[in-house]
Amino acid sequence: MKLLVCISKVPDTTTKIAFTDGDTKLDEKDVQFIVNPYDEWYALVRALELKEAQGGSVTTITVGGPDHDPIIRKALAIGADDAVRVDAKAQDAYYTAFQIADYAKDKSFDLILLGKETIDYNGSQVGGMLAEMLDLPFVSLGSKLDIADGKATVETDISGGSEVLEVQLPCVISAAKGMAEQRIPNMRGIMAARTKPLNVQAPADVTPLTTITKYTLPPSKAGVKLVDPEHMEELVRLLHEEAKAI
Amino acid sequence: MSVLVFVNPNEGIFPKSALEVSTYGAKVAKMLGVDCHAVTYGNVSDAELARIGNHGVKAIHRASGLDQPDNGQLSKVISTAADACGASVIVCSHDLVGKAVAPRLSVRLKAGLVTGVNALPNTDGGFSVTKPVFSGKAFATERILTETKVLSLMANSIPPEEIGGTAAVQELSGEFGTKKVTVKEIKKYSGSIALPDAERVVSAGRGLKGPENWGMIEDLANELGAATACSRPVADIGWRPHHEHVGQTGVAIRPNLYFAIGISGAIQHLAGVNGSKVIVVINNDPDAPFFKAADYGVVGDAFVVVPKLIEALKSFKG
Repeated sequence: MKLLVCISKVPDTTTKIAFTDGDTKLDEKDVQFIVNPYDEWYALVRALELKEAQGGSVTTITVGGPDHDPIIRKALAIGADDAVRVDAKAQDAYYTAFQIADYAKDKSFDLILLGKETIDYNGSQVGGMLAEMLDLPFVSLGSKLDIADGKATVETDISGGSEVLEVQLPCVISAAKGMAEQRIPNMRGIMAARTKPLNVQAPADVTPLTTITKYTLPPSKAGVKLVDPEHMEELVRLLHEEAKAI
Repeated sequence: MSVLVFVNPNEGIFPKSALEVSTYGAKVAKMLGVDCHAVTYGNVSDAELARIGNHGVKAIHRASGLDQPDNGQLSKVISTAADACGASVIVCSHDLVGKAVAPRLSVRLKAGLVTGVNALPNTDGGFSVTKPVFSGKAFATERILTETKVLSLMANSIPPEEIGGTAAVQELSGEFGTKKVTVKEIKKYSGSIALPDAERVVSAGRGLKGPENWGMIEDLANELGAATACSRPVADIGWRPHHEHVGQTGVAIRPNLYFAIGISGAIQHLAGVNGSKVIVVINNDPDAPFFKAADYGVVGDAFVVVPKLIEALKSFKG
């Protein structure tokens, strides 16, 4: 089975977010970058498990400059066989999906996996766009994935429960929590990652459809109003009369 | 020209999210001086369709022959309706279905997409919308550069408004393709309120000391008509199911009222809940970072405070 996993670079989950250049850019000072957790913990690890059980290969693809190489090496250390980096700044989800589709269109991947969203732009866009561009079925937010007889069985959380879906390969599936367990790369993996192929490709020519013009931070809370633990009727009164929440 | 909203019925009933997109679409249509249309599918009663009209939609296009269409078919249904009514703005809900359909639609129509939009657009000299980014730690203003725009609307961003209008219903016909993704089974969690839809949420963390102590959390949730949730460590050690984990790598929620009990308030947890309108924190550590993000705080032992709170709620309700 030939698997492609889309890997994105994001600020670490503990990052305190700040902006520069008139609030148009993330302030990258002191920011640690990681593989997007949904791409790494769930999509990549499940792809590796499927390969280990059924044979095949796992390729990762990333759209970004040379500053993305460390997170790509991390994915190779965890166990991907080879990696592709489209050497361009990802401008919007459409631009990114177009680059991945352009690479994947003639490679006959059986399955394209990616995280349900990145933890920076929270777009949930690339998977669906890729599926449409490649004319493939798409299942989003899979929390369980099994492959047998050329079909994928995917479980996904719905309002108040879950549903089990079946889809013919090839297809695109986005991964949510539960699809796999995070793997920590071992020393052998880290050593091997140094010599695994990381192929750099020139981008296809495409115009983005959206652009971010400004970032703002959420307004800070007015300050917490402390209520005496002995007087919970006061909390109930405040929630009813002041906050109008009950 | 028109605005088109996708209203997705759940077992023949329109959920709150469908009324939210109808209200949002009607307001955008008013800003642009055009009408708001809706698109739906399947077997939906006239009374249900009338609710959409009551929220400001003037015309409904329904592909009545479709049963449980997949996202590929739905994107064809919506783009067919968009052609039929000359839609310049298309809005769907930022939920499981919307998240799969909107990106397909964006590619199909070559229309710029912004997902998770939380407010009405700014149409002065262009078309810009805001949305939470960095998992709720910030907001971005995004400009859509194409003629046609696709938006997905974050839940709880706009209250549904009944304006007393009516919508004409017309059949939508077209070639919607074959179903590629089939539903094999639906499993329902027993008795609980679904977390992403909940107006009120009671959440607890490691401060509860063990899964056997969740009884009072469930009692409080019952008293409030709230869903229960938990922090990541609690889901990871198996005290609570994973689908209850709220935070940056779990479910992101925006209820009207969020109770955090015995949760310190790590930045990753806050990211998933700071869209909540009112936050109440109960923690025995006065230095817990969560108090900084809270509207109301109680410094005290949860095992003493929560039963008192339940009593107070009972006497409040009489």
